[in-house]
Amino acid sequence: MGWLQIALYFVVLLLCAKPLGLFMAKVLEGQPTWLSRLLGPLERLIYRLSGIKPDTEQSWKTYAVAAILFNLVGMLAVYALQRVQGCLPLNPAGMAGVAPDSSFNTASSFATNTNWQGYGGESTMSYLTQMLALGVQNFVSAATGIAVVVALIRGIRAREASAIGNFWADLTRSTVYILLPLSLLLSIVFVSQGMVQTFQPFAKAQLVQAAKDTDGKPVIEQTIALGPVASQVAIKQLGTNGGGFFNVNSAHPFENPTPLTNFLSVLAILLIPAALCVTFGEMVKDRRQGWAVLAAMTALLLIFLVPCIMAEKSGNPAFKSLGLATTANWEGKEARLGIENSALWATTTTAASNGSVNAMHDSFTPVGGLMPMVLMQLGEVVFGGVGSGLYGMLVFAIVTVFVAGLMVGRTPEYLGKKIEAFEMKMASLVILIPCCLVLICTALALVWPTSPPPSGEEGLGAGGTIVSQGVKGMANPGPHGFSELLYAYSSMGNNNGSAFAGFSANVPFHNFLGGIAMWLSRFWLMVPVLAIAGSLARKKVVPAGPGTLPTHTMLFVVMLCSVVLIVAGLTFVPALVLGPGIEQLRMSGGRH
Amino acid sequence: MRELATAVRIFVVLTILTGVLYPLVVTGIAQVAFKEKANGSLIQRRGQVVGSRLIGQPFDDPRYFWSRPSATAPFPYNAAASSGSNLGPTNPALIGEMGSDGKPISGAIADRVAALKAAGSDDGPVPTDLVTASASGLDPNISPEAAEFQVARVAKVRGLTTERVRELVKAHTSERQIGLFGEPVVNVLELNLALDGSK
Repeated sequence: MGWLQIALYFVVLLLCAKPLGLFMAKVLEGQPTWLSRLLGPLERLIYRLSGIKPDTEQSWKTYAVAAILFNLVGMLAVYALQRVQGCLPLNPAGMAGVAPDSSFNTASSFATNTNWQGYGGESTMSYLTQMLALGVQNFVSAATGIAVVVALIRGIRAREASAIGNFWADLTRSTVYILLPLSLLLSIVFVSQGMVQTFQPFAKAQLVQAAKDTDGKPVIEQTIALGPVASQVAIKQLGTNGGGFFNVNSAHPFENPTPLTNFLSVLAILLIPAALCVTFGEMVKDRRQGWAVLAAMTALLLIFLVPCIMAEKSGNPAFKSLGLATTANWEGKEARLGIENSALWATTTTAASNGSVNAMHDSFTPVGGLMPMVLMQLGEVVFGGVGSGLYGMLVFAIVTVFVAGLMVGRTPEYLGKKIEAFEMKMASLVILIPCCLVLICTALALVWPTSPPPSGEEGLGAGGTIVSQGVKGMANPGPHGFSELLYAYSSMGNNNGSAFAGFSANVPFHNFLGGIAMWLSRFWLMVPVLAIAGSLARKKVVPAGPGTLPTHTMLFVVMLCSVVLIVAGLTFVPALVLGPGIEQLRMSGGRH
Repeated sequence: MRELATAVRIFVVLTILTGVLYPLVVTGIAQVAFKEKANGSLIQRRGQVVGSRLIGQPFDDPRYFWSRPSATAPFPYNAAASSGSNLGPTNPALIGEMGSDGKPISGAIADRVAALKAAGSDDGPVPTDLVTASASGLDPNISPEAAEFQVARVAKVRGLTTERVRELVKAHTSERQIGLFGEPVVNVLELNLALDGSK
C-alpha cells in the first residue's frame, strides 16, 4: 500500500504539470486565459493603485533592483510587525513582541522563501502577524521566484534584445492568476478535512483523565491552539515556503488532519516547480527542453526517495532488543500518515525548497536523515523553490553544456545562445555561494565561543573548555549532534527551511548568522541569474550545427544529473561522513 | 527612487489582497460551509468541551486505552505548544545504553514498555507506535495493533468482555482513506469516551 501511494503521487504530479505549465506560460506571456474575465479587473486595479505600466520593459539591472527593493520593503514590514504585535489587534492569545534577533531571522527567512523557523508558531505569533506578515511573504516571495525564472527564460529566447520583461507585471500576474486561485481552492478542501480556519481564541477542553506536569502539579485542562490555519497552509505548500502555522508544522493534526490533506499538501509542494518546467519548454518553443529538465529533476528525487523509505521502514535495530514488534522507525512520526508518507514528504520538501515537515527529521535513521540533507545541499535545484529551483537547474544546464564543450573542444551553446566567460562566471557564483555559505557557517558555529564566556559549570565542556555556539545548540549527543548543526546551515544556506528540530537555533548567534546566510543565498543568486538573463538576451541566436550538444536527449539528462551530484559530492562528502556516516556505522554496529 | 516608491505601493496593495482579503474570504467560506471543522472539531459532553477529535490526550490509567507518548512540555499533549521528542536513533535517552558498571540504563522506550507491562498489558512484542513519541506530541491515533495490545487489559479492569471492547475499538477505527491513503488508525480519545459511556 505504501509504495502504491508513492507511485500514485508521481502519476498525479506529472499529469497535473502539463496543463498547469501551459496555463502559466500564457499568464506569464500576458496572454488572456479563461481566468482573465474574472481576475483581469483585479490585475489592472493593482497596476493602477501602484502606478505600474506593465508594458514597460526593464533591463536586467532595473529588474534586479526592483526585485531586491520589493523584498527589502517586505522584510522591513515583517520585522516591524513582529516587534509591535503586542499592541496590534487580532491577538487573542496576548502574544508579546518578538525579540529583535529572532524577528530579523524570521524576516529574512520569510522574505527569502526559506521559512526557517527558530520560533514555535502557536506560542510566538499573533493571528495578525501570521496573516499580514508571514502569509503575505508566502505569496510574494514565491511570486518573486516565478518572476525571476521567467526573466531568465526571456533572456534565453530573446534575439539581441536589451530588456527581459517587467518585474512588477510578472509579480502581479504570478500572484493574481496562479498563486491566489490555487491557494483558495486548496484551502477550502483542507478545511473540509478538518484543518482549522477561525479567528476565535484558543479553545479550552476538560481533560478526560487529568495529567501531571513535570513539577508533579495536576493538569485538568487542555488549551487547544487554533487560528486561520488553512489559508496559510495552502500557500505555504504551493509557494514552496514551508513555514508552519504551528511549531511542528504539518505534523500537527490541525495543519494536516488526514492522509488526503497529506497527499494534497505533498502534491502542492512539487506542483508549481514541476509545471514551470513545462512553462519553460513552451516559452522557448521546444517542449522537449522542458521535459528533459523535468526528467532530470524526477530522476534525482527518486535516487534519494527510495533509500529514505527503505531506511525508515527497516528502522532502528535497537528496537528489536527492546522487545518491540517491529524495528520500523515510528519515533517522530504520525500514526495516520505512516512511514512511507513521512519519507515521501521528507524528500519532496527538501528537493523543493519547501521545508515544511510532517515528521521529525531529527528522529530519522542516519540514512533516512541523510537523504533530505543531501537534497538541500544539491543547491535546491531538484524541483527547488517556486521559480528558483528552475533557474538554479538552468544554471546547472549551462554548466553541463560547458563541461561537454570542454570535452570535445567546442564553444558551448544552450538553446542557440553561446555560453561564454561572463555566463560561466555568473553560473559559478550561483553554484558556489550556497556551498560556501553552508560550510563556512557550520565551521564558524563550531568554533565561535558562547559569549560572554560563562562562569561556573554551565557552558563549559569536558576539561573546562568553552563550548562553541554550534555545540551548545545540539540536542543529541555524538555524531547526530553534528548532523543537527550541518542540517541547520544546509537548510538556511540553501533557502530550504526544514530542520533537525532538536537543534536550539533561536539564540542571537544563529539568528544573525542564519539570517544573513539566507539573505545572501537568495539575492546573491538572483542577481547573477538576472545578469545571465541580460547577457543572453543581447546575444545572437546561432543555428544548431553538427557540434551542438542536443539538450533534450536522455544523454543530456544523465549528464545534467551527474554534474549536480558531482558538485555536491565533492563539496559535502567529508562533512556528511562526520555526521550521518559515523552514526550509521555506530547504529548498525550496535554501539551507541 | 521611482522603483522604491513603486515597491512600497505594490507591497501595500498585495498585502491587503493576500494578507487581509484572502484569509478573510477563506474564513468566510469555511465558517459557512464547514463550521464545526473550521473551529477545531471540538467534542462536547453535557455542554462541556472535553477535547478535539483531532487532538490526542494523555492517558495512563489502566482502564483507558493509552495514547502514544507525547514530548510536549511541560505536560504531555499540551495543545498550546506542539513538539516532537527530536531524539536521534542512537540517543541513549531514547534507546538506553550500557552503563559503565555493566548494567543497562533504560531510555524512553524501555521505560514506556515497562509502564505498559506494569499496567497489565499483554506480554509479547509491543507495537512500535505505542512506545515511540509522535511528531506533533498531539497524535490522536494509535495503530489497530496498539489497540489490540491493550484490549485484554482494559476489558479486565472495566469488567467488560474482550468482545465488547473489541467492538468499540472497531467502531472507532478508520480504515485507509478511500481505501488507499495513509494508515488504518484508532482514535484514542473517542474510544475512551465511548468506553466511559458504555457502562
